[in-house]
Amino acid sequence: MNIKLKRKVENYIFLGLSFLSAGFGLFFLFWILGDLLLNGFKYINIDLFTKDPVPPGMEGGGLKHAFIGHIIITVLGTVIGTPIGILAGIYFAEYGRNSKIAKIGRNVVDVMVSNPSIVIGAVVYAILVKPVGHFMGFAGGVALALLMIPVIVITTDEMMKLVPQQTREAAYALGAQPWQVSFHIVLKAAKVGVLTGVILGVARISGETAPLLFTSFNNNFTTFDPTKPMASLTVTVFQYAMGPYDDWHRQAWAASFILTFGVLLASITARYIIQRKKY
Amino acid sequence: MEARKKALNQAKLFENVFKVVLGSAALFVGILLPLVIFISLYKESSLAINHFGVINFLTSTDWDPVAEKFGGLVPLMGTFIATFLATLIAAPISIGIAIFLVELSPNKLKPVFSTAIELLAGIPSIIYGMWGLFVMAPLFGEKIEPWLTENFQNVPLVGKLFEGSPTGIDVMTTSLVLSIMIIPFMSSVVKDAFNMVPSIMRESAYALGATKWEVIKQVMIPITASSIAGGLILSVGRALGETMAVTFLAGNVNQIPKSLFDPFTTITVALANQFTEADTAIYLSSLYFLALILFVISFFVLYLSKIMLLRLEKKWKV
Amino acid sequence: MSSSRMEVKNLNFYYAGNKLALKNITLPVYDKKVTALIGPSGCGKTTLLRCFNRMHDLYPGNRYEGEILLDGKNILDKDVDLMELRTKVGMVFQKPTPFPMSIFDNIAYGLKLQGIKNKTELKDRVEEALKNAALWEEVKDRLNQSAFSLSGGQQQRLCIARTIAVKPEVVLFDEPTSALDPISTSKIEELIVELKKDHTIVIVTHNMQQAARVSDYTAFMYLGELIEFDSTDVIFTKPNKKLTEDYISGRFG
Repeated sequence: MNIKLKRKVENYIFLGLSFLSAGFGLFFLFWILGDLLLNGFKYINIDLFTKDPVPPGMEGGGLKHAFIGHIIITVLGTVIGTPIGILAGIYFAEYGRNSKIAKIGRNVVDVMVSNPSIVIGAVVYAILVKPVGHFMGFAGGVALALLMIPVIVITTDEMMKLVPQQTREAAYALGAQPWQVSFHIVLKAAKVGVLTGVILGVARISGETAPLLFTSFNNNFTTFDPTKPMASLTVTVFQYAMGPYDDWHRQAWAASFILTFGVLLASITARYIIQRKKY
Repeated sequence: MEARKKALNQAKLFENVFKVVLGSAALFVGILLPLVIFISLYKESSLAINHFGVINFLTSTDWDPVAEKFGGLVPLMGTFIATFLATLIAAPISIGIAIFLVELSPNKLKPVFSTAIELLAGIPSIIYGMWGLFVMAPLFGEKIEPWLTENFQNVPLVGKLFEGSPTGIDVMTTSLVLSIMIIPFMSSVVKDAFNMVPSIMRESAYALGATKWEVIKQVMIPITASSIAGGLILSVGRALGETMAVTFLAGNVNQIPKSLFDPFTTITVALANQFTEADTAIYLSSLYFLALILFVISFFVLYLSKIMLLRLEKKWKV
Repeated sequence: MSSSRMEVKNLNFYYAGNKLALKNITLPVYDKKVTALIGPSGCGKTTLLRCFNRMHDLYPGNRYEGEILLDGKNILDKDVDLMELRTKVGMVFQKPTPFPMSIFDNIAYGLKLQGIKNKTELKDRVEEALKNAALWEEVKDRLNQSAFSLSGGQQQRLCIARTIAVKPEVVLFDEPTSALDPISTSKIEELIVELKKDHTIVIVTHNMQQAARVSDYTAFMYLGELIEFDSTDVIFTKPNKKLTEDYISGRFG
């Protein structure tokens, strides 16, 4: 009887702790999102999107320069990263299946997904910014592309591997070449999943700050020229939040609100599609 | 017949082209990219490596841009301390969350809870940093840390950890925020591992009259041990390289923290704060040396976690 | 007896790791007839079938010894063009394998691979194939819909249509009805009998009644060896080998 009771009590204690852990995670999630909503939402106004910043310490102005810069850098990253990522993903899913070297490469890509992003920034500084002589939006795009590629490779690979082997064999049985099987059949069958990988990649890079610090740097004015230093939302939030002015802090909250909910919306969408695809 | 031959030959020609294109993309991502990262970091840091020597740099606590004397021990220790504490907090909670998601949550709500936890991973790290700076730091600096000092500083052994002047910009808040950031990574790995355990194993333990916790403790956790370890190491790897959240909260003071309430620095904090200010070649090179150290450590840590995770996958793959 | 289209001679097959899966198989495949391969699971019948279009070459380490002659030429030769071989020897799989494209494009895919670009020719060939696969009436008004919108049985007939559209000499069926309901199954069986007018057919089946219903010749395999080959009548009524008789009468397998 005693031992039975002890087992039951132990059961409830540990299951209770498990509940608490989940509560801990959810508590912080809602705390952070709640603060963003409370502090950020109310400062969103038209000026934020349509005006460049005013000199430090003055009230007013907006983050137009950062929104535009952020979009340009993210698009650059996506345009450079997506094709390379998908091509490499196809290789690992279709061509490299039976090669040991490809398997190692695939594992390395998996590792690169979690690689410190600030290191990428430092590397792009060394190979692109230093030779050219100044910070530029394009370098930021390259850094983001390098961060995005592994994400796309992994998702493309996983999604293409979900396509039944028999479908591939059926195409081979008609006399198709491997590239025809990969592009006409497998990639087509996995296209929703592959697209999801791209969305995940965009979600990942659009929240990045560290790799932009040494590449696209910052700019107080709106520029469309990717050979110039370029502001981004994240670097601006960094600058504003660390700065001493209340007006900066308000704009940083507002920008954070937009950034976070944009990124979360994209990743929820992507995850939803993947879940549906998998089962 | 002519058209057929032509089509076949064309398809074969394309095959060779695609083989090269796809292969080079894979080669670039899987082999060249990490190599280029390593080589360029090494090249940029060679000045510092030659000037200070590897051992000297790793054991020196100097960080004096004026005297041009640099050593990596302090940021390296800072990185380890923050990572260790964050993992210490995150590990039990992540396992708890995974248990909740797999065993306790009502089936209908599972996707909702899973998504909610994964959202934590989706929040950009700069948001964690800013939120930590504006919300956590004042709360801890003004309320929680003074209370801890008052009540714990005289406790033998651990008392020292709670000394100092609490500001909220310190080891404690940094590690806590860092732990929240890595929880979703670890819990999702453990959750996936739990889900991979065949339900027959679970059921046969229940059939012997085991309680839920006993099934978890005696069946699920031992079976998935290598995955749990892999997830733990993965989150260590993530924490090592985390930059923005840490940069807001660490304080960027070049000292090895003695108490939880001391400001400190990490490799990433040093990089983020000083990289664009480094005005001498040796200064920048020393920062690159730090980046190289960070890259090498996190690469091996992450590769190790990958290997551990593959082990369980192999075991249960049908 | 009619002439043989394919001729298997002393075939050994090894899976990667030197696992011997087929032992010294010698077997004729008669022209415009249906040959059934039967035997308990793991006997090598699917392995043998996949030698006929060299499907095993997709995976490294697999190895053949011996000969398989198609129209007198050994298809196991190193210099055989696999893509060309597979247009001569088509295959239908266990489960329907529609491609992620429209019904029309599914059938046209193999034709396009062969360089047929002319729209009217494509249309005619697709229609012909669908008619021969007894699917035309059911899909003629929705050729542009996704192939996944078809039922399982329809999908399998689509795959048959796709295979015969390129006019292969030999069509291989690998348990083509194992994923289908009885009504769809009987439609496929009727179709197979119909198809032998123009094609030589090899079918793997674990369903002995099916073999008896559709085939002219039957090969019984066991543990990688060919135990007995004869006309289907003989195999099912008075087999020569004790093992065959045991299997046919359901004493094992």
